[in-house]
Amino acid sequence: MRRMETRTSVIAERLKDIDRIVAVTSGKGGVGKSLVAATLAAALASAGNHVGLLDLDLQGPSSHIILGVKSLDFPEEKQGILPPLVNGIKFMSLVYFSKDKPGAFRGIDVTNIMIELLAITQWGHLNTLVIDMPPGIGDETLDVLAYIPQANFLVVGIASKVAFGGIEKLVNILIEGKVSVLGVIENMRRDGAKKASNLSSLNIPFLGALRFDPSIEDAIGKPGALLSTPFGSDIESLRKEIEKRI
Amino acid sequence: MHEWALAESVVQTALKVADKENIGKITQCKVVLGELQQIDKDTFRFAIKQIADSHHSQFDKVEVLIETEKTGLLCQKCGHSWDYENVKGDLTGDQAEAIHFIPEVVFVHTRCPQCGGVDFGIAKGRGIYLATIEGER
Repeated sequence: MRRMETRTSVIAERLKDIDRIVAVTSGKGGVGKSLVAATLAAALASAGNHVGLLDLDLQGPSSHIILGVKSLDFPEEKQGILPPLVNGIKFMSLVYFSKDKPGAFRGIDVTNIMIELLAITQWGHLNTLVIDMPPGIGDETLDVLAYIPQANFLVVGIASKVAFGGIEKLVNILIEGKVSVLGVIENMRRDGAKKASNLSSLNIPFLGALRFDPSIEDAIGKPGALLSTPFGSDIESLRKEIEKRI
Repeated sequence: MHEWALAESVVQTALKVADKENIGKITQCKVVLGELQQIDKDTFRFAIKQIADSHHSQFDKVEVLIETEKTGLLCQKCGHSWDYENVKGDLTGDQAEAIHFIPEVVFVHTRCPQCGGVDFGIAKGRGIYLATIEGER
């Protein structure tokens, strides 16, 4: 008998009481994916959902900054680890163990971190788990496709020729993989921008636009304040759209 | 105790293998535990047996053998190789505990002891594996 990795055998068990999983992804960095993911989680929580947020951007985690996490103490242990409740959101991130210090991880290390986090985190019942994915189509994306086949992908993009190529490549890979893709949301839309951005030409539903909003920066770390910004208001509309679709 | 979650993974894997190999009752399983997981063997054995007991129709007083695989690390920059036990004494309590939860944060909390480099790999001794199971058909 070939020796068998055991941790992957319980990932489905850990996720079984989660009604829906939304993986927020983008083909390019810097499009505001983490802000969309964290604010969406906050909007879902504010609407009365039991929500989790898993930060899988292992090299550059930022969800803890957006949510305003105050303590990086180790999570409580109970038949695994319990994701701490942060502003009404069950939150899990590598930062609780890296203490927000840098680490250089190769592909196999990334996969092992994901497997360990997914195997030991006890989410309990959630209406929605939001996953903040890293940009691009690397190990994290491939591992989510392998271990979380029920994930619904929400693609975040911006109407820029520079970003379009990377976003289109990601979308095509997701379509080839026959995974559930909710659609693409255009972030940072400026006043006076063309109504139909290049993102609407992608072969997936176009879910609308989030306004460019300079007031976000001061609201980072305060999910309630984020929800009160124009961006937050647009995220609330996105939340309703997502809840209609899945 | 977060080891419970990992012990459950051993039991679930044993059940899958038994199902595939048409084994009705599992009498023995051998687990290889990467040293980097920093899990106490006796605690882990107890947790596995406790969880196996809840599947009493498949586990018949199962004997759980646990072998720890030493963790060896290799620097990609200077070629130096070392054992984890050579560096763990330099860790703070919190750093050691962090590695116990997520072993790959060894890359955050340690460096190559020879050149101080960040680009090193885990050559052996990570993860948890089911090596063998024995039972009756």
